[in-house]
Amino acid sequence: MSVIRQAFAEDFTIYRVAELKPGLLGLLGGAERIELDLSGVERMDSAGCQLLMLVKREASAAGKTLAIVAHSPAVQSLIEFYNLAAWFGDPLVVPAE
Amino acid sequence: MDELKQVFLQESGEQLDALESLLLELEAHPDDEITLNGIFRAAHTIKGAAGMVEAAAVESFAHVVENVLDRLRNHEIAVTTDLAALMLACTDHLRVLVASEAGMDQVSAADIEAQTASLLARLRAFGPGGEVQATPKAEEPGVQRIPSPQTSHNCWHISVRFGSDVLRQGMDPENFLRFLETVGNIRHMETLADRMPAAAEMDPELCYLGFEIALESAADKQTIEDVFAFVRDECQLSILPPNSKVNDYVELIESLPEDTLRLGEILVRIGALTADELSEGLRAQAMDDGEAPAAERHDKPIGEILVAQQVVQPEVVAAAVAKQTQVSEKKAQDAKLIRVPADKLDHLINLVGELVIAGAATSLLAHKRSDGELIESSSLLTRLVEEIRDASLQLRTVQIGETFNRFHRLVRDACKDLGKDVELLISGGETELDKSIVEKIGDPLMHLVRNSLDHGIEAPAVREAAGKNPRGTLLLNAYHDAGNIVIEVADDGAGLNRDKILAKAVERGLVEPDAHLSDREVYDLIFAPGLSTADQVTNLSGRGVGMDVVRRNLLALRGTINVSSQPGQGTRLTLRLPLTLAIIDGFLVVSANRSYVIPLDAVVECVERPEAEHERNYFNLRGQVLPSVCLRESFGLPGERPARESVVVVQYAGQRAGIVVDRLAGELQAVIKPLGAIFRHLQGIGGSTILGSGEVALILDISALIKISGQAEQRLLARPEQRSA
Repeated sequence: MSVIRQAFAEDFTIYRVAELKPGLLGLLGGAERIELDLSGVERMDSAGCQLLMLVKREASAAGKTLAIVAHSPAVQSLIEFYNLAAWFGDPLVVPAE
Repeated sequence: MDELKQVFLQESGEQLDALESLLLELEAHPDDEITLNGIFRAAHTIKGAAGMVEAAAVESFAHVVENVLDRLRNHEIAVTTDLAALMLACTDHLRVLVASEAGMDQVSAADIEAQTASLLARLRAFGPGGEVQATPKAEEPGVQRIPSPQTSHNCWHISVRFGSDVLRQGMDPENFLRFLETVGNIRHMETLADRMPAAAEMDPELCYLGFEIALESAADKQTIEDVFAFVRDECQLSILPPNSKVNDYVELIESLPEDTLRLGEILVRIGALTADELSEGLRAQAMDDGEAPAAERHDKPIGEILVAQQVVQPEVVAAAVAKQTQVSEKKAQDAKLIRVPADKLDHLINLVGELVIAGAATSLLAHKRSDGELIESSSLLTRLVEEIRDASLQLRTVQIGETFNRFHRLVRDACKDLGKDVELLISGGETELDKSIVEKIGDPLMHLVRNSLDHGIEAPAVREAAGKNPRGTLLLNAYHDAGNIVIEVADDGAGLNRDKILAKAVERGLVEPDAHLSDREVYDLIFAPGLSTADQVTNLSGRGVGMDVVRRNLLALRGTINVSSQPGQGTRLTLRLPLTLAIIDGFLVVSANRSYVIPLDAVVECVERPEAEHERNYFNLRGQVLPSVCLRESFGLPGERPARESVVVVQYAGQRAGIVVDRLAGELQAVIKPLGAIFRHLQGIGGSTILGSGEVALILDISALIKISGQAEQRLLARPEQRSA
């Protein structure tokens, strides 16, 4: 099974989501399992979260697996607040550094 | 009265006591959840008990009270002084109702009804609609409210769909929801993005988010709505108050863009609805709309979804757990206390006494036969029996705290009447004493407390002028001291006015105008009948009866009372009581090798009997002639008189007499065992006790002995020839 792992360092905010969307959706075509490393994401707002939800939904619709393998505190906090952790189905892991 | 009713009376009395003390506590700590719950439980228990014995008046009144308490508990109404006062009045009225149910009413039926009506009217002010409420919850006929398992958490349901443009306008839903957390506690939140179109059409800068939120909050609807004020025009917002009707939820589901089934499932998960209610509601709705078949289709999947996901509703579980703890707590409490009729206890103590005697006899036999093994086993038996004796005497003891706590109400009410501010401090509430004493000490204590409140502690303005804390202090304290229990009633009031008391006493002719009295003697005058220094007679005290009654009651309990007072500093009354009426301090004397016990407080002194007075019925005590009773003669004891005899000088009711005995054997604590019925007419003997040696000693009835000696003397005077015979 092919796996792609992509790390993101830019903010997942309303200012960047338009740029991020094509890149994220583009990943879906590349492999069966897509792993997102969000440990470098310093800020995330509702727009960013919504974009992640879209990607997750599209991945599931295409029969692929999207997993967030690393969360920054900002990402974890928002996903937890929105009670979406179970929906994303990823263990919330915050890297030590 | 049948047994059930008896139990009801007792139980409701206890619950009313608990209710009262908890209400007073609530006044001091209005936010204490435990107290609130306790109050509610007490009211509920009374209602339940009343229902059991079909005391309809009590039950229906308690029901209304309970309703208001329930609202209190759910924070729908706040604790106010008015409400606390009303609740106390209701407690009093419940007492009256209970008494009237038992046929022990001192209030006429018409008065009771009038009181019921007036209290109900006042209670209504705290009922639905009376108090400010976020959403009116008027009862509608035929509407089934969602039952309490869910409502116990008092959750608002908020449904919000943010408008597409909010993100572009710089308003992040997150901020509003975080702000919502300041209004209440978000118990559950579900994020929905179902409106999000397919990837190609999805514009990441538009907002497609919606939220279903269960908010636990005491705020009203307006406050919650205001959280969303900035996006109010941009979003679709529905707020359902706690305990909304199932139909309201169903309507909400229908009005939202998402799939009915999915929303229903979310509502169930949030805990706003149960699966049954939802399917029932949907079906009813569908029936109204005439689309039963469609609803039927929805009907089943919800249940299946629930089973498949094994959704457990946390609220339901929490409620069940709470219920279970409540039940087990009640059971534990029931198990801790056993009601035993007092006469059964007395019987037990008597039996233990018999056991002590029998055991002593056995050990005596063992010693006589010099059987080592038997001696050992009987001494073990004796020790165990002694432990049993102590333990059974303990059964009769209770803590004095309960008696003390009753004064909270008295102090509170008296303060209101008198316009004073007094804090009641209680210490030593765990001190134990005999129940029969506790029952008899209540009234004297009440007199003392009232006196302190009325005459002792000054009005706040006076106190302030004297440089004292405007809030007065009344201290109730109890402790054990040398086989006695000491109860103190102390206040930090003005103290006793020596000159005023003396003037009054002279005016009443209690003392000579030129008498020189010590402070202590003057203070003791307050116990004289008919003496009151109060300038005004209030409904609390000041009529001049009371203190003498207090002293008389205490004397009857073989207790004493002392006063100490510092002008301007306060007054301290010290009550000293025996721990139990069943034990006295005794003085052991021996005549003809038989032991007798004289109550120690009757003993004045002991002297050797002068040889010259052997044959007389009187003797000379330092120039004073006292009648004397010789135990040998009075009881017809065998044997010769010893060469040296002793006289115990006793005093009773102002009279002195000498009791001639062979030997003095010292002090002891005697457990009084009453004599059997056949000895009832025996004069001079008050009871019996068992000595450490297992020997039985008779307790002398001093007053009867003094009387007998007087009569004997008179007989002798009438027939002098008997003396020489």
